[in-house]
Amino acid sequence: MDPDLVLLLNGIVSGLLLGGLYAVAAAGLSVSFGMLDVVNIAHPAFMVLGAMLVALLWGATGIDPLVLSILLTPAFWALGAAIYVAYHHFFERRGDEAIQGLAFFFGVLFIIEIGLVLTLGPEQHFADASYANTTIQLGEVDLPLRMLVPMLVSLLAIGGLSLFLRRTFMGRAIAAVAQDREALRLLAIDPVRVKRLAFGISIALAALAGGALVVVQPVEATSGHVFIGRVFAIVIMGGLSSLGGCVLAALAFGVVENVTATFYGPSWSPAVAFGCLLLVLAVRPQGLFGRAA
Amino acid sequence: MSDATLPGVTLAAPRRMGHAAFWLAAAAVGLAVILALRGIGSEYVYFVSTIVLQYVVLATAWNILGGYAGYVNFGAAAFFAAGAYATVAFGKAMGLGLLPCIGLAAVVGGALGFGTGVLTLRLRGAYFAIATLCLSVVLQTIVVNWSYVGGSRGAYVLRPRDVPWPFETYSGFLCAVLVVLAAASVAIARTIETSRLGLGLAALRDDEQAAEATGVPTLRLKLVATTVSGAMMAVAGAPLPFIGSYVEPGSAFGLSYAVNAIAMPLIGGTSSWAGPLIGAVLLSSLQQAATVTISSAANLLIVGVLLVVFVCAAPHGIIGLFRGRR
Repeated sequence: MDPDLVLLLNGIVSGLLLGGLYAVAAAGLSVSFGMLDVVNIAHPAFMVLGAMLVALLWGATGIDPLVLSILLTPAFWALGAAIYVAYHHFFERRGDEAIQGLAFFFGVLFIIEIGLVLTLGPEQHFADASYANTTIQLGEVDLPLRMLVPMLVSLLAIGGLSLFLRRTFMGRAIAAVAQDREALRLLAIDPVRVKRLAFGISIALAALAGGALVVVQPVEATSGHVFIGRVFAIVIMGGLSSLGGCVLAALAFGVVENVTATFYGPSWSPAVAFGCLLLVLAVRPQGLFGRAA
Repeated sequence: MSDATLPGVTLAAPRRMGHAAFWLAAAAVGLAVILALRGIGSEYVYFVSTIVLQYVVLATAWNILGGYAGYVNFGAAAFFAAGAYATVAFGKAMGLGLLPCIGLAAVVGGALGFGTGVLTLRLRGAYFAIATLCLSVVLQTIVVNWSYVGGSRGAYVLRPRDVPWPFETYSGFLCAVLVVLAAASVAIARTIETSRLGLGLAALRDDEQAAEATGVPTLRLKLVATTVSGAMMAVAGAPLPFIGSYVEPGSAFGLSYAVNAIAMPLIGGTSSWAGPLIGAVLLSSLQQAATVTISSAANLLIVGVLLVVFVCAAPHGIIGLFRGRR
């Protein structure tokens, strides 16, 4: 086979695998930013917090990192619910969320990041899963398990979340809060309680994304920075509140980034991906997969 | 919102300083600061005041778009670094000194701000914020790959050997230049705030649709605000290569500039020119003190904690605390 073609094929496949990681990172934000209108720019910082905790616990116990991250989700759910209560009390209730709320999460991002540097140090932390060094080969295409397993776990989690949103009462209430919170109030459902639950879920997803991240690559306190732009780009391109669109956009984003890195060098890949987002924002602000408002 | 009508009300008040008087006062304060700093004459004091004044310019510039018009710009670091790299590029290409480079940096920053505005100002709220964040990443990638200005290795800029006349050292000259820039930017911000432009921006901050319906040319005003704000942020960054004699993309585009540019006006109060000034002086002196006495990681933690505490407890900043009492 033509070596360039093989390179392209491998670039696309590993881009899809990387896209799985991006999908789970962006899905949580799709819930908070897309459905609840809470612009949580600290989302990647929560992901890195999850990743660091997983790495620490892995060092202490040796349990598989992805299992550890699932065990962490209830704690992160509680953390998310607590943060939403504070956010609602100080900003949403007063209608100040635009600038003040953004600044609040910006501050939270810094506190998490510097807190991690001060307690765990600025060096990289890692967790090795038992399957990390195995690679499946399909003809010319490599499928490393350290990418494949986190991708499958994250797609499963997103699938589960999507079922929850469609089939259960609470899930439908979350989707309803995204559309019309006054109508929800008329049905005697407390929108604040629903949003608290949903925001908890979004932070719990960040813990899961952290587990996936630490399997894929070593993590340091500032690893979240590159993800801020990425996850927002993915959520916006996916059309905000649609989980399916979010997964598709994440996979596309992973492929574009990875193919660019393969052919032009990794230093160009962020510009291409973010250039796409700037174009999407300028030309089609409702996202590639969203409907016009 | 009660404070929304405040600028209009205070404008009608009789004993308000005119534009010319305010510019004269700013010039007088600037001159007094330069003389006082010369009186102390220590290199360290020059260095710290240069950094503090740089933040005054940056925070004031951010507030023109963020505070008056209500559009949050997360890309302050991009404009700041654009200014710094304009100095590097023009200095290398044409051998220009600091002052012409500052002028050119303003042009570059203004053009960048105008471009960003055209591309993104039809987006509202959070979308605009995210678009500016993307701009920062795109610009950093371009600079990293641009070997003429040093790429990711960074670039060295040598300070000229001969120091302009009344100054004894180059740091003294640099510091005086920044005093002038800071005084000018505060005066510009105050002029905008009390002019028709500022009133129009306040109107569109409070309700963009209502403003448009009453005939405020919102898109044009926003473009002016992004251009002016971008140019001033670039001016804040322009002296950076001369301050440290070295710039590299990682630090010039650092998130700490972005967070400080937002935190300082919000802590000081966004509704008036005095807010960013108070916030910048307080916060950056605090950070300089923390860097010396505790550690450089701790100073960002202080900014983060203060930002969260202030937006929760005092949503209108330090200025709001005093206004609230009346």
